Amino acid sequence: MSKTVLTVDDSASIRSAIAFALQPKGYKVIQAEDGRAGLAALKANAVDMVITDLNMPNMNGIEMIRAVRSDRTLDGVPIVLLTTESQKEKMLEGKQAGAAGWIVKPFDEQKICAVVSKMIG
Amino acid sequence: MSMDSLKATFFAECEDLLDALSEGLAAMSDGTADPETVNAIFRAVHSIKGSGGAFGLEDLVSFAHIYENVLDQIRAETLDVTPAVMKTVLRASDVLAALVEEAHAETGQQPEAMAAVKAELTALSSVGGASSESGLEDAFSFEALPFEAIELSDLGDLGDAGELTGDARYQITFKPERALYENSHDPVILFMALADLGDVVVECDTDALPVLADIDPAESYLSWTVTVSGDVSREEIGAVFEFVEGLCTLEIALEETETLPPVGDAVEPDGAVDAPITAAGPSEPAGKARQSAPQSKRPTLRVDPDRVDRLINTVGELIINQAVISQKVVASGIAQNSDLMADLDDYGFLARDIQEGVMAIRAQPVKPLFQRMARIAREAGDATGKDVNFVMEGEMTEIDKSLVERLTDPMTHLVRNAVDHGLETGDERRAAGKSSQGQLCLSAEHRSGHVMITVRDDGRGLNREKILAKAIERGLVAKDAKLSEAEIDNLLFAPGFSTAETVTNLSGRGVGMDVVLTEIQSMGGRIAISSEPGKGSEFSISLPLTLAVLDGMVVTVAGQTLVLPLSCIIETIRPRTGDIRPLGPNGHVLSIRGAFVPVVSLGAILGLDNSCVDPESSVLVHIQSGGANPVAVSVDDISDQRQVVMKSLEANYGAIPGVSAATILGDGKIALIVDPDAVSKMAIEADETPITFELEI
Repeated sequence: MSKTVLTVDDSASIRSAIAFALQPKGYKVIQAEDGRAGLAALKANAVDMVITDLNMPNMNGIEMIRAVRSDRTLDGVPIVLLTTESQKEKMLEGKQAGAAGWIVKPFDEQKICAVVSKMIG
Repeated sequence: MSMDSLKATFFAECEDLLDALSEGLAAMSDGTADPETVNAIFRAVHSIKGSGGAFGLEDLVSFAHIYENVLDQIRAETLDVTPAVMKTVLRASDVLAALVEEAHAETGQQPEAMAAVKAELTALSSVGGASSESGLEDAFSFEALPFEAIELSDLGDLGDAGELTGDARYQITFKPERALYENSHDPVILFMALADLGDVVVECDTDALPVLADIDPAESYLSWTVTVSGDVSREEIGAVFEFVEGLCTLEIALEETETLPPVGDAVEPDGAVDAPITAAGPSEPAGKARQSAPQSKRPTLRVDPDRVDRLINTVGELIINQAVISQKVVASGIAQNSDLMADLDDYGFLARDIQEGVMAIRAQPVKPLFQRMARIAREAGDATGKDVNFVMEGEMTEIDKSLVERLTDPMTHLVRNAVDHGLETGDERRAAGKSSQGQLCLSAEHRSGHVMITVRDDGRGLNREKILAKAIERGLVAKDAKLSEAEIDNLLFAPGFSTAETVTNLSGRGVGMDVVLTEIQSMGGRIAISSEPGKGSEFSISLPLTLAVLDGMVVTVAGQTLVLPLSCIIETIRPRTGDIRPLGPNGHVLSIRGAFVPVVSLGAILGLDNSCVDPESSVLVHIQSGGANPVAVSVDDISDQRQVVMKSLEANYGAIPGVSAATILGDGKIALIVDPDAVSKMAIEADETPITFELEI
């Protein structure tokens, strides 16, 4: 049974890059373009892990994490933030909101795969 | 999904971001920027960096990084935006755009200005760098710094030295906090990761576990002691626990190993036992207000242009179908004022509404194109040392997206030319009594079904004597030719013509104005020059609003129905006796307002009818297209004027000289669309051949 990773990012190329990195490793990747869509996708699919951007329209990454953590049907899913080194305070905020980890942009395939296997094996 | 389509998405995204960047920067230099503008600029550069990293574009990422630092300081108001700073920031956006282009073209080259601008940015970031905190951040994050690389390799050497002494053994005490579980971490996965590093012994401490009745299922009661032995470094172990820092009490201690060297090599500078890691990650003050920008981006839809093209095509067919039905209904004898006819009219209006709507999907403002030209003008100004004031007018004018893309190259050429050849240097301008700053104005406007784009400078104007002399020297015109001003100006578009005495590295990049003309004509457009010595020149490009639909005049020639593009038609004439004068054995010319225009039979040119029709009994259509000379084509009759949907002949059948495409008319008949440019060229060739023969005899 392959594991499902949800990538939430308003940049289609980032989403595709993540899918491109993870699919060959046997992960199923679904995509959402903002926090709101991400939340909907989480409810509609059995998701094993979430990789989310911070800065997105409609609902940003932190807000989405808070929403997930306060929803009893979803709160167990590990969520990893895509951050940048210039946003360390954001990273902290994310952690306080309930993010499990972070991937620092710019990222590469290995980094993504390493983090995903670190979180869900 | 392939890597290629992945990259295509990335570059499309970059284009949008670069547009947003130049838009923001334009507002900044106008002084109309608000804090959100600066945020938007920062975000654009930031996103390009973020995505660029995913594609391993190191130059792009490292440049964007320094750029971002400077923008960050502007955002935090630790750096004042002086004109000098603004200039550097603008130049940096040019370099960034160039880097994206290079990455797209995969040339592997670095933009020329990159090193210089990078140095300027670095200088700026250290000037404004004020807060030591951001300086620290740079030192930690900017991998491209050479010092950093040396330190890293030194660390590596240390590690190697450690390895030489044999396997290490670490004892790890790990006590998760409640938050660790709340953030959905699983200790088992951490232990499994440790097991990948070496031999692992895990002991669980259950002492803190209360009696069952008191257990809070969300609380953390367990702690573990893990011993890892093997060829492993402290960094590797630390990395396993990276994400749980701050969510647990963690101690990593190096135990003695059998082969430990006797001297204090193994004594870590910070003691054998690390301080418990309780501070969460970096120690940057969390409360510092680095606002996340409010999201003002409108949601947009990214659609494959092919789909829109298919839709446009289908809507075109729908309109034709409506026309066919109308004609059939009329032919069936139903009264014009019947309900059915009214409904049919409604059907027609609705179809046209849909068509306009679909066209609007493809329409986009010329603003991004103009902004790109502003960049070109700036670059050109820098390269030639000329001070250029770039002005845009009507930049919100919308044109078909495919036209925007295809206009980039010709416009670039025109703008470079205007700066390089058109505008004078500051000294020359002052001597001529002008302000030392040259004006370059790009404007766009809709004009009766066309869009007019002009590139206007207030420079020295065209030097017609020089142009004529050069054309004679190049053998483009006869020595004793008498040419009108407009004809001389049009020589610029002749293949192989270049006015620059020496090819500058700016405009002289291989393509000439003839390429500009060809490109504009291939879009169904026209280009015209007007110039006044000492006052400046203006190049006006007139383009159809879309490539898919054409306003045409339906004519009949030798029993065939043809369509002439309305854009090329100057007038239609039913000649009076005396208007047509014979020239040569078969030729005729039309005398019109004192000028003579060659008369050609459209039927003969297209090979439909070789019999010589008396031009006086036919209808003449006076056409001129692009740089070609005007001709009067004779047709049997003019039957209609209508919008037609162009269908490529080349894609479905093959290229026919003199015919650009085909269309389906209201009655279901297929009509060929005449290529006026080709027809006038063919007419001139056909005309010249017999004369040459006569001379040879």
